[in-house]
Amino acid sequence: MLALRVQPAGPVEAQGFPMGTFETTAFIRIDPDGTVTLLAKNPETGQGVKTMLPMLIAEELDADWATVKIAQADADQSKYGFQLAGGSLSTPLNWQPLRQVGAAGRQMLLTAAAQTWKVPVAECSAARSRVTHGPSGRTATYGQLASAMATVPPPDLASVTLKDPKDFTIIGTTRAGVDNPAIVTGQPVFSIDFTRPGMLHAVFEKCPVFGGAVVSANLDEVRKLPGVRQVFVVKGGTNLEGLLPGVAILADSFWQAQSARRQLKVTWAEGSTADESSAGYAKVADQLGAAAPAMTMRTDGDVDGALKAAGGGVEAAYSYPFFGHAPLEPQNCVAEFANGRLELWAPTQTPSFALPMLAQTLGIEPSAITIHLMRTGGGFGRRLTNDFTVEAAWIAKEAGVPVKLLWTREDDMTHDFYRPAGYHYLKGAVDAAGTIVAWRDHFVSFGKNGQFANSANMGPDEFPARLVPNFALHASLMPTGVPTGALRAPGSNGIAFVVQSFIDELAHKAGKDPLDVRLGLLGATYLPAKAPAGLFPAFEPARMRGVLELVAGRSGWRARKTSSGRALGLAFHYSHMGYFAEVADVSVDAEKRVRVHKVWVAADIGSQVINPGAADNMVQGAVIDGLSQLMYETTIENGRAKETNFDAFTPLRMRQVPAEIEVHWLKTAGPPTGLGEPALPPIIPAVTNAIFAATGERVRSLPLSKHGYRWA
Amino acid sequence: MAYTLTVNGRSLDADVAADTPLLWVLRDSLRLTGTKFGCGVGQCGACTVLIDGRAIRACQTPVSAVKGRVTTIEGLSDDGSHPLQRAWRELDVPQCGYCQAGQIMSAASLLARNPAPDDATIDREMSGNICRCGTYLRIRAAIHQAAGSAVSGPGAPVQR
Repeated sequence: MLALRVQPAGPVEAQGFPMGTFETTAFIRIDPDGTVTLLAKNPETGQGVKTMLPMLIAEELDADWATVKIAQADADQSKYGFQLAGGSLSTPLNWQPLRQVGAAGRQMLLTAAAQTWKVPVAECSAARSRVTHGPSGRTATYGQLASAMATVPPPDLASVTLKDPKDFTIIGTTRAGVDNPAIVTGQPVFSIDFTRPGMLHAVFEKCPVFGGAVVSANLDEVRKLPGVRQVFVVKGGTNLEGLLPGVAILADSFWQAQSARRQLKVTWAEGSTADESSAGYAKVADQLGAAAPAMTMRTDGDVDGALKAAGGGVEAAYSYPFFGHAPLEPQNCVAEFANGRLELWAPTQTPSFALPMLAQTLGIEPSAITIHLMRTGGGFGRRLTNDFTVEAAWIAKEAGVPVKLLWTREDDMTHDFYRPAGYHYLKGAVDAAGTIVAWRDHFVSFGKNGQFANSANMGPDEFPARLVPNFALHASLMPTGVPTGALRAPGSNGIAFVVQSFIDELAHKAGKDPLDVRLGLLGATYLPAKAPAGLFPAFEPARMRGVLELVAGRSGWRARKTSSGRALGLAFHYSHMGYFAEVADVSVDAEKRVRVHKVWVAADIGSQVINPGAADNMVQGAVIDGLSQLMYETTIENGRAKETNFDAFTPLRMRQVPAEIEVHWLKTAGPPTGLGEPALPPIIPAVTNAIFAATGERVRSLPLSKHGYRWA
Repeated sequence: MAYTLTVNGRSLDADVAADTPLLWVLRDSLRLTGTKFGCGVGQCGACTVLIDGRAIRACQTPVSAVKGRVTTIEGLSDDGSHPLQRAWRELDVPQCGYCQAGQIMSAASLLARNPAPDDATIDREMSGNICRCGTYLRIRAAIHQAAGSAVSGPGAPVQR
């Protein structure tokens, strides 16, 4: 039974996202020469949607995948529906409508054939881009039917019949990335590779302290430097996600612009954020954590009573730091403003959010803006924010020529929207049987006036809420001038570390196997959800039990041998509708050098894994991405980011990756859900729990490097 | 200043300042954008090209210091048939794809010196190239596969 777990239209619109409309004829182009072109609607950031979403159309269209062509759609929600690379939402929001689009196209082709041959539609069938009339054996290619198809009105999408999943021939089979041939031969597929005639190269210097303003600059000196065409101050505003103050330098080449920038001297008004630092936040957090909480998100039972009955329980303070995204393609955008119209070639994850900001900042109508979606060299949440697009647009309008704005890596690392740090002051109790009877989290985070900063929040149903009878989740907020934002699996990438580590502590206190304590917790009486039914449905313990048992079996958890210095660690997390449990085999030597030898992943994302080979790749990449978060951080000092390049902020390198990452899929009822994010969070506590098992040292704050660890 | 470079077998001219990194000559002057900018400080390897068959970081190599034949990803083969390019497609290595040109060029340099590298050698030689998406396991497998096909020679069927 494939009951819809998510009804896309309702919840999405409730979140303020415009769903747009899906226009069949915009997605499917069939030329008389037989070329079938399918439009890929969402931004491709490496999550594989340029391949996966057209697979959904091709399946129901009965198109021959081997000959189909894929083209990237421009931003246009009146044809392509809501276009977003974020929230692991491409699959859940498009699983049904894109199959309907394909089925509608197929119905149009069958109708075209039936009309051409003057036979009943019911006698015609389609396969591999060809329609066959059963009784006569007559056939026609989709190309031969193209002109007849053009006269058939597209059916209402809600009226079409979708295939029984057992008849799928494309969905559930591995299809290589459609841009692979271009990527491995160096063809220009990324935004950074794009050029316009007469284009100048722009760099943009902003205040290193977030939100600082330009007081003065030696513009005249810089104007005289080789290749420099224009230099001007951008006044900008105070919205950290919009156009900020700075100095734009435009030259004939990037190197000339960047060389001139080294001679630029700007006096900044840094503002009060200059007084902020990571160390300062941690001090304030400790004070707030010890005080009465400002907010209560949830209480169940009697936490104080249960803690008292348990002799006080276990107390621990956990924290995780600010963390940048650093997609490998630095921020960039090509912009052209002419005759009152703006045209952009942009590596954005959210064209729908860029559009109103661009219109407002430039003072033009959204209808005067065209956004071409370019393949993006990684997103990880950074390009949910469109600051670089509005900078390029403003500079192009001001300069009166097409412009390619390119940030350096230093610009990227010092002007990110960072995963906010988080501080959790926990108390918990476990009984002799290993049942967790009390849990209190005083979450100290960022925000003001009772409103969490972007991606600094935690919901009232966050696990283990609903499963511990005496439970409380409180929060206190401190302000920050540092821009914060979603980092792959936002919230979850920090919360999973805290929750799954503290469960391990309680299991150890009770002298029980961490697996058994978790299985017990997942079998507990289940309290109702507090959050309104939104985009993401409430956690289902039974599904997590499924992947937990699967990963325990595959990793040989029950038969594990722990020697001094090498052990397995276990963790799970539910986010973005995905259920993931992971085990890490970790060694730590006498010099605290850490090696992750192997990782086992068990995953439940519903009834289908649409593109299995790409899905395995995505999960392995998420595990490696999570491992990267263990060892480094973005340090805020004097209101600016301290780490400026990959020498100080380094994603995992090949010599540090596990030799093996096994991925096991557990298919359960329900439509498939997204995969960009949910595989990441569990790996972090799986490793720190293994470090505890191997060494006896409980890691309660990240990064590991703060505690003397480094990669082997 | 005018510089004449031999790039992918062709003699090409660029009029740029002497300190201009080869990366920006390739990208902005010669419009060979397959070579990527990632860090500008030789830490990520996205700009890796070959000079006389050896991998170098184009962002750290001023044009005035370039002596020898430059090969970029566009010139690794005429038609994408280099064993590494084939292996990258067959194993569906890329996610975002941005680092992969640099990865392939580093791997080409490695295989030229060591036709059958073991895992430890691959890990050591490839650790200058960051893959932010974490496709390392497939990169490693693709190098092994290409090493195998390099021995048996070109002509193996190419899957889409």
